[in-house]
Amino acid sequence: MRSLGLDVLWKGKNFVRLLGGLWVAVRISLISVAISIALGVVIGVLATGRSRVFKAVFRVYLEIVRVMPQMVLLFVVYFGTTRVFGWDLSAEFSAILVFSFWGAAEMGDLVRGALISIPRIQYESAEALGLSGGQVYRYVILPQTVRRLIPLSINLITRMIKTTNLVMMIGMVEVLKVAQQIIEANRQSSPNAAFGLFAVVLLLYFAICWPISRLAGYLEKRWA
Amino acid sequence: MDVEVMRSYLPLYRDALLLTLRIGWQGVLLALFIGVVCAVILHLRLPVLRQITAAYIEFFRNTPLLVQLFFLYFALPKLGVRVGAALCGVLGLGLLGGAYMAETIRGGLESIASIQSESAQSLGMTRMQAFRYVILPQAVSRSVPGLVANVIFLLKETSVFSTISLMDLMFTAKDLIGMYAKTLECLTLLVVFYLIMLLPVSVLGSLVERRLRHAEFGP
Repeated sequence: MRSLGLDVLWKGKNFVRLLGGLWVAVRISLISVAISIALGVVIGVLATGRSRVFKAVFRVYLEIVRVMPQMVLLFVVYFGTTRVFGWDLSAEFSAILVFSFWGAAEMGDLVRGALISIPRIQYESAEALGLSGGQVYRYVILPQTVRRLIPLSINLITRMIKTTNLVMMIGMVEVLKVAQQIIEANRQSSPNAAFGLFAVVLLLYFAICWPISRLAGYLEKRWA
Repeated sequence: MDVEVMRSYLPLYRDALLLTLRIGWQGVLLALFIGVVCAVILHLRLPVLRQITAAYIEFFRNTPLLVQLFFLYFALPKLGVRVGAALCGVLGLGLLGGAYMAETIRGGLESIASIQSESAQSLGMTRMQAFRYVILPQAVSRSVPGLVANVIFLLKETSVFSTISLMDLMFTAKDLIGMYAKTLECLTLLVVFYLIMLLPVSVLGSLVERRLRHAEFGP
């Protein structure tokens, strides 16, 4: 029986290094999701407003995010804008910028969808009862939309976590890069380490994302 | 920006686009096939197969494509299963996409009220006839927006193929930047070519969605 390289995992601090790499990706995801949710709520509320200019801008923004791969955006920001404008962006900052740009569009669209799913009559009835514009949102619309949005925002976290490992392509050392380094370092003593390590990375991702998406599914059912 | 340089790069980008499209569409077709099979298994509640399908969907929906590709390309050969880069790309895309497509199609099937199936059967249709003539047409029209979104998502995801040394758009851009350092020109072409590839799909998708909405019945 050939060794599948799982022994390498327990050599030295390899496993801890792997988890450290995972944390890099998760940290970027969490920061980006927090920014995305904050910006997305503002964008989504504005997109349901009356301004035609903003609606047009929002549609173009949404379309760009919809068709442009995140990796292309990463390259444009990290290699392109630094070249053109001559500023110095760290890889982590570029990553947070790009993933927030993406997440805010997604979140904005979710917020817009949740807001327009509230029947128009609710706005009108609330106003007829004498509530001001702000009060209508505060007491009638928001409590309903928030329930719809929480499961969707939780889903955004898992999607973000599944995307942020692209930072490896702009030179950040995250979990896949750490795995590659460990495989390279043990090429002689354990030539099959690639199997064990990449399998473990797959399982680590699953162990993080699965519970989160189960939670989102549970909340969606419960609050539907 | 040096237009001459960009013009000289065009053939390389064109080849890369064709490769990306070829692998992308093969992957999407495989994904649709897997998705339909899985959705039918889940819908008909076939024993054993249903649990396997559910596990497959959960696993592929909760892991990143990049890691799946690394596993297929770098890890499987250690077990003696050697898969070429192009086949790896198609397989990776198909397996990932299959999980997403299955969920979308299943959602479409589930959204049709069960009373419709029961009514059709009480009119004398068999279970298969009710499925074929009543449920499926409506389910397809409801799934289309999700399916289009999945296709765009999958074609976007092809950008990670460069990591398993497939000469796709991303790989070409990275390679040219590395050799000639014409960063701005290469990145502009990269963005333009992705727009050429995906904008038509996106626009066509919205048109089909609007057309199908006419055929919708009920709330």
